[in-house]
Amino acid sequence: MSSMKIFDIAGSGMNAQSLRLNLVASNISNANSVSSSIDQVYKSRQPVFAAELRNIMEKNNAAGGVNVLGVVESQAPPVMEYAPNHPMADKAGYIYKPNVNTVEEMTNMMSASRSYQNNVEVLNTAKDLMLQTLRMGQ
Amino acid sequence: MAINFDQALGIHPQALMLREKRSELLAANLANADTPNYKARDLDFKAVLENTRNTLEAQSMERTQAGHMAPDKQLLGATMMYRNPQHASLDGNTVESQIEQAKYAENALQYQASLRFINSKFSGLMTAIRGE
Repeated sequence: MSSMKIFDIAGSGMNAQSLRLNLVASNISNANSVSSSIDQVYKSRQPVFAAELRNIMEKNNAAGGVNVLGVVESQAPPVMEYAPNHPMADKAGYIYKPNVNTVEEMTNMMSASRSYQNNVEVLNTAKDLMLQTLRMGQ
Repeated sequence: MAINFDQALGIHPQALMLREKRSELLAANLANADTPNYKARDLDFKAVLENTRNTLEAQSMERTQAGHMAPDKQLLGATMMYRNPQHASLDGNTVESQIEQAKYAENALQYQASLRFINSKFSGLMTAIRGE
């Protein structure tokens, strides 16, 4: 076999999707973390994916994996709620809730887990094919 | 009379190599299913194989220096093509997982077929060598 690149590619896809799953878990578990100031409130975090440009530029090695550029915090405003009796309320009587959209995060989770499954399937098939190739001529 | 492996095995080793390259491409498409602006790619297998066959017979050029330019967007002498998506998506990604999965499964089966051809050629050679 000339290369094991397909394992790298599927592996990078799995890596990216598992990061996405981690961020979804973080967002959902913090969805109800109340804060008393607008700066300290948890902000929804999302991953940024990009195709690996290096491999595409090397024109002969055309296939490239997924590159995770980083994690960005959502710029959507946090939810203000008037709750003067809340122990965390600020002087004006407001508490701040994270800008996490739980429904959005759930769909994100489904999409990430399906993509992860796809990559695992690719990996399994590639492994089978490679094992068969190793047995060639026997 | 010497055994010529190239003649004995025919086009199948090249086919196997191409199948492998194509599986890499399709795996990259599937891995990048959620990458914004990623364009799904594939190669026209028939054209590539034809091309490979011709270049095997003719002299092919090699890159002997780091500064030599590689042929544009080529893979074993074939042009890579972008897939036309059935449905456009907002983030510019043209990967459609179900289609890529189908192509990947198809390619895996064809890989196995090529492998089986090679295996049977080998067992034929073995029979000839043993003279049973």
